[in-house]
Amino acid sequence: MSMFSLYLLVPLAPLAGALLAGLFGKALGRTGSHVVTILGVAISFVASVVIAQDVFAGHLFNGTVYTWMTTEDISLVVGFLIDPLTVTMMLIVTFVSLMVHIYTVGYMHEDPGYQRFFSYISLFTFSMLMLVMSNNFLQLFFGWEAVGLVSYLLIGFWYTRPTAIYANLKAFLVNRVGDLGFLLGIGLILAHFGSLDYATVFARAPLLAQDSIALLSDSPVSLLTVVCILLFIGAMGKSAQMPLHVWLPDSMEGPTPISALIHAATMVTAGIFMVSRMSPLFELSETARTVVLVVGASTALFMAFLGIIQNHIKRVVAYSTLSQLGYMTVALGASAYPVAIFHLGTHAFFKALLFLGAGSVIHAMHHEQDMRNMGGLRKYMPITYVTAVIGSLALAGIPPFAGFFSKDAIIEAVQGSTIQGAGYATFAVLVGVFVTAFYSFRMLFMTFHGKPRMDHHTREHLHESPWVITVPLILLAIPSAVTGYLYIEPMVMGQYFGNAITVLPGNGGLHAMREEWHGVGEFIMHGMMALPFWLALAGIATAAALYLKWTHVPAAIQARFGGLYTLLDHKYYFDRFNEVFFAHGALKVGSAFWHKGDVSVIDGAVNGSAHLVERFSGRLRRIQTGYIYHYAFIMIFGVFILMSLWFVKA
Amino acid sequence: MTANHFLSLSIWLPILAGVLVLATGSEKNACRTRWLALIGAVLGFAVTVPLYLGFVNDTAAMQFVEMAPWIPAFSINYHLGIDGISLWFVLLNSFMTVLVVIAGWVVIEKRLAQYMAAFLIMSGLINGVFAALDAILFYVFFEAMLIPMFLIIGIWGGPRRVYAAIKFFLYTLLGSLLMLAAFIYLYFEAGGSFEIIKFQILPLPLGVQILLFIAFFMSFAVKVPMWPVHTWLPDAHVEAPTGGSVVLAAIMLKVGAYGFLRFSLPITPDASHALSGYVIALSLIAVVYIGLVALVQNDMKKLVAYSSIAHMGFVTLGIFMFNAMGTEGALLQMISHGFVSGAMFLCIGVLYDRMHSRQISDYGGVVNTMPVFSAFFMLFAMANAGLPGTSGFIGEFIVTLSAIQVNFWYAALAATTLIFGAAYTLWMYKRVVFGETANAHVAELKDVSGRETLFLAILAILVLAMGLYPKPFTDTMHASVQQLIEQTSVSKF
Repeated sequence: MSMFSLYLLVPLAPLAGALLAGLFGKALGRTGSHVVTILGVAISFVASVVIAQDVFAGHLFNGTVYTWMTTEDISLVVGFLIDPLTVTMMLIVTFVSLMVHIYTVGYMHEDPGYQRFFSYISLFTFSMLMLVMSNNFLQLFFGWEAVGLVSYLLIGFWYTRPTAIYANLKAFLVNRVGDLGFLLGIGLILAHFGSLDYATVFARAPLLAQDSIALLSDSPVSLLTVVCILLFIGAMGKSAQMPLHVWLPDSMEGPTPISALIHAATMVTAGIFMVSRMSPLFELSETARTVVLVVGASTALFMAFLGIIQNHIKRVVAYSTLSQLGYMTVALGASAYPVAIFHLGTHAFFKALLFLGAGSVIHAMHHEQDMRNMGGLRKYMPITYVTAVIGSLALAGIPPFAGFFSKDAIIEAVQGSTIQGAGYATFAVLVGVFVTAFYSFRMLFMTFHGKPRMDHHTREHLHESPWVITVPLILLAIPSAVTGYLYIEPMVMGQYFGNAITVLPGNGGLHAMREEWHGVGEFIMHGMMALPFWLALAGIATAAALYLKWTHVPAAIQARFGGLYTLLDHKYYFDRFNEVFFAHGALKVGSAFWHKGDVSVIDGAVNGSAHLVERFSGRLRRIQTGYIYHYAFIMIFGVFILMSLWFVKA
Repeated sequence: MTANHFLSLSIWLPILAGVLVLATGSEKNACRTRWLALIGAVLGFAVTVPLYLGFVNDTAAMQFVEMAPWIPAFSINYHLGIDGISLWFVLLNSFMTVLVVIAGWVVIEKRLAQYMAAFLIMSGLINGVFAALDAILFYVFFEAMLIPMFLIIGIWGGPRRVYAAIKFFLYTLLGSLLMLAAFIYLYFEAGGSFEIIKFQILPLPLGVQILLFIAFFMSFAVKVPMWPVHTWLPDAHVEAPTGGSVVLAAIMLKVGAYGFLRFSLPITPDASHALSGYVIALSLIAVVYIGLVALVQNDMKKLVAYSSIAHMGFVTLGIFMFNAMGTEGALLQMISHGFVSGAMFLCIGVLYDRMHSRQISDYGGVVNTMPVFSAFFMLFAMANAGLPGTSGFIGEFIVTLSAIQVNFWYAALAATTLIFGAAYTLWMYKRVVFGETANAHVAELKDVSGRETLFLAILAILVLAMGLYPKPFTDTMHASVQQLIEQTSVSKF
């Protein structure tokens, strides 16, 4: 088998699974459906591994699969770019997807929409793979929207629930706001670079670095800054950066496996991936990178605060995802793209693990999600507990777990960066470390420790989840523990990415980090003496104090700082604002246009002129009386007038 | 060009079939009438297939030309031919007629033969509009095609059908009278010829061009329809039977935009450039204003009607960008809109046939009783919202890309359809399809029948096929569009 057919196999195998399970789900049955989809993703994963070995042996690929259409000498194509960045994403996507597929067998086994669910998650895997494997902006946008579609379908998977179908519409629309920017960015690229092919665009980028365009009259702005900010708006939608983050917490209405796969590990990282892919463009615009940095830092900090007060287990994990995506975005802003991808990878494992762990708990608790009704679960669910501890340690950034390496690298990169906004970002990511450790362990303690608070019936039925659930947990716990240690040296410090990522000399702290690198052992030693580590420990200690020892204190704090609590409880009023200003505003304007514009003015004029004609002809009709003497009179009158005119003229 | 009569066949075969259906059909032999109509429609489509298969991509010249004197005294000719601009409309029209016949199969109980005949005859007449190369021939077809549609709305329509039919007729007639005046002027200027191709190469001073442009514009803008002469469309759609809405949205609206491409741009290029700002403004208003109006509709058909206007805004925007990309985008948008709006109206028809209501509030939770239907409807809703991978994406995408080359803000305003289009379509979908079963009527709904599955599946395949591989469509356009752009870019005075 040639490498090219192997490339094709990677996205097409899950697509085939999705089509089979989706169109012939009834005929295949439940088992048949999960077998074909799991097989599809497994093939895809194995193929990705083979391709990865080939890539790291030095065989890159950039070529067309087929020409989508042509217009004005521009070819719009579907094609693949296979390089280290692509294969890294392929491995993460197919591995997590495979774990989630297996897990779903256990988690969804009672659901009537079983086949449909497998069809959707395989379709998602296909879409995500097309996104990351693309060698051009068109296909990127295709994948971008396709994953949005599947996300929409999956958030609304339980389509009779009002909250679910509200959340999926909201998610789609908020993402479309981001896509608007993304599309315009792509449009500007085509207009100024004359191509949508990555390689061509990146090659021309330095030549256009000084170009500017006049957006508003007589104030030219840098072309690349505009392009990068527009592209980043797309990333803000998909990767849920403030203020376009509002859809992600609500997306928890979907079944838990997809929260793990789509809304934590893969789809939401599409924005991070995209900006890294576009590093040759972003490197040329400092203004754009400052925007990226500030947005990322704000998301990292403010979303972390919201994680503190959530009581629903999945919501805690959701806000932590938002905050962690903020960390990745900070890394992008600091030109540390490899670090962002590194954190993307470690996060994919430990966040998928935490979500699936939460799902395991929810499953055991008969779909109870409120942590106030849990407690003491570690006795009943030892495997889930241990893996959750590993995930939480990784998230909190405790060595030697994966999150420690990636998060520390981000902090170092931003500390070493001199870009505007770096000071604010440093502050945000440091405070974020404390908050992250606090809410992670708050969740762990509330769920697994302390006295059981569930009702008697639930408690009697508590048991560890079946192997289809626990095996994926274990398989995800392993990379959550070790990938940081193994990959920081090659991925961040070495030339892992080759030419796939561009970092210009002098941009960001990555170069300094590489110079100071003395091996992974020293990195750990150095990290354990640095502030972030102690902040993380302090966070864990605070959580232990408040949720294990003095459990009455949180309520007292909540009462004491009522105003602050309300602000956090209302999520800084973003949702309220959007609802009142955008949703109701659009309806009001639309209604005004319709009733005032269409009905009153335009149709008023149309019907009015019709009535005018009617009235006029009504009058005119009266002349036709039918009496001969009337006609005779008018005729004589007419002759008289004509004759007088003739006389006057003569 | 080899002598053949495929174009004549595509016009007269459906008309003959229609007359035959009319003559033989009665209430008693409904079954025979249906099959006769279907055979007529399928044959009508079959004779257009050679147009595509025999089409030569790399020439801008008219193909499948037929020429015969008609009224020699005024040198009016029966002159037919198609190029890369008109090819797809003939195919689309003949194809949709087949679907419309299938869609009306058992639904129409009253005057079945007349109903089928009206669609067959209309199909032939519309093909005539797209194939005519003589202005008077064009005008005759252009006016004649209104009559069957007028009857379809007036006879098989809803409660306010008479108001809607007359509004439709007057609106569209008013504009076309000015067009006739323009033709007569051009006839004398061209030295006594109604040949459209001769009109296109006439040198004309700017003042005259502007008057001619306005005359054409009045006629075509109503057809598109452009804001603010659009208000006949929602009324016509709401009152029309499903088949009428399908043909109206899928084909008839395209006549207006086709007129811009065939008459306004090549005959009055300088006026087109001079007045393009106004047309662009109206197009963008169509996208934004109409998008918002669509959002607040309570009637599904009205909502889709308004969304049609917004989508056609992209067409006029693309045309008046005066670049090949914009024009091709506009053509793609029209073809796709034919599939997607047709499919949307058919979906609403499927629901209406069961519930006899188009009010969104009468529905809710349809997915519980009609899962297969809901899957189709989801695909078409996504296509209507311009999702990549469906045909609905291409036109909007290409037009936006062409607009950004002219002015960033044109593109930015046009691209708001990403949000509005998704908002009104998916919000409707949510209220109709998702949720708990809303009432006893919804609980009793039966999923799509084999016949309904057939036409929805055909459209679904087309929507996806075009979305994933639009190249066959664009390949046929390049030469003709390139020539049009060159014609438009050369001043005529």
